[in-house]
Amino acid sequence: MVQPLGYLKESASQTAGPYVHIGLTPNFSGIDGVYESDLGAIMVTDKTLGRRITITGRVLDGTGTPLKDALLEIWQADAAGLYNSPSELRGSADPNFSGWGRSATDGVTGEYRFETIKPGRVPFKDGRLMAPHISVWIVARGINLGLNTRLYFGDEEAANAEDPVLARIEHRVRVPTLVAMADGDTYRFDIHLQGDKETVFFDI
Amino acid sequence: MTDLSNRKPETGAFFSRDRLWHPPGLTPGYKTSVLRSPQKALLSLDGTVSEITGPVFGHSILGELDNDLIHNFAKSGESAIGERIIVHGRVLDERARPVAGALLEFWQANAGGRYRHKKESYLAPLDPNFGGCGRTITDADGYYAFRTIKPGPYPWPNGVNDWRPAHIHFSVFGHGFAQRLITQMYFEGDPMIWKCPIVQTIPDKAAIEQLVAALDWGNTIPMDARAYKFDIVLRGRRSTLFENRMEGN
Ligand SMILES: [Fe+2]
Repeated sequence: MVQPLGYLKESASQTAGPYVHIGLTPNFSGIDGVYESDLGAIMVTDKTLGRRITITGRVLDGTGTPLKDALLEIWQADAAGLYNSPSELRGSADPNFSGWGRSATDGVTGEYRFETIKPGRVPFKDGRLMAPHISVWIVARGINLGLNTRLYFGDEEAANAEDPVLARIEHRVRVPTLVAMADGDTYRFDIHLQGDKETVFFDI
Repeated sequence: MTDLSNRKPETGAFFSRDRLWHPPGLTPGYKTSVLRSPQKALLSLDGTVSEITGPVFGHSILGELDNDLIHNFAKSGESAIGERIIVHGRVLDERARPVAGALLEFWQANAGGRYRHKKESYLAPLDPNFGGCGRTITDADGYYAFRTIKPGPYPWPNGVNDWRPAHIHFSVFGHGFAQRLITQMYFEGDPMIWKCPIVQTIPDKAAIEQLVAALDWGNTIPMDARAYKFDIVLRGRRSTLFENRMEGN
């Protein structure tokens, strides 16, 4: 006999289903008056520090068809590379930037959209700096457990080349699936759930 | 966003996820998963600061009726139709510690099994006094509660005759972005749980039973509402005592 560890099991995931927008973006889904605004819809105010950027794209299934019932959340550091979180011990993040956003994919075009700022660099576990990146979480009907990926920036070639996470991708041909291409201040990031261009998803 | 005094910063990485306990991505019995499940191996990444941190949601974001689905969409003086219930419980992590300040968002069909959504096609009627969404934040003990009506079961296009058991969708935000979880709560004694292709995506019977809320007679309010107790477990997190400290700590 041994002493029991007394651990619990994580609650099993279930798909967010076709009506995740009712729960997480009710105003977007046409349910007005319950909440003043949808959480995570506005990330940036006049006081937020940093370069304003737009991130937009689609989530595509195995036939290349965009998902119109998906929901994305992003989590990122502020312009100085600090997270607005109690678990951030390196300093105080910009109080005018939460770093978290949420967007539904559009019911007609399948496009999601985040108006945010370009994040600063944050350290990997060994202290090396990672390239600027944004953590992305995707849920939808047909996705049984939320998918985690990262968005890197196409105009950060030098930083991307030394990023310790990108370096772990064995099949180098897949690295571009995590890199959003710049068009001025707009970055386009399509997420492919399957196929030759399948996005690298992480077990985090 | 406001800080919570009861929240001690923790910087350990999360316990690795038991992916044999969760449903796999590809579950052909649930047809939509076939074209929406990644086919390549996930890249394993032990949590960096980007995964172990997460936003704080202060109680100030909550409106008075956010945790009352019977009234939060109803006309003044009216209420949603259906069996009145209280759903309550605790959010814990795998170490059995309460998760304080966790944001819970929930959504559900009305008593007839109909969602308020433009793409919903079930012939059951809308309830003009029921919107179908609510939210709350756990207290210092990880406790939460909300009031709603029991959702009805509904048919859905998958197999020719597939029905969802009565269920409430839950979105849970703990302390780190890697703890993010969406799941569903089922009701004790519902024989339809065991016929549902979405429930059956979960391979382990014990994992399914963990999602079935028990009728809680003790907390049932006489002449008002029955109670169901539903505890939710998020990933645990390692102690940082012997971990390499990040530079600058
Ligand atoms: Fe549902």
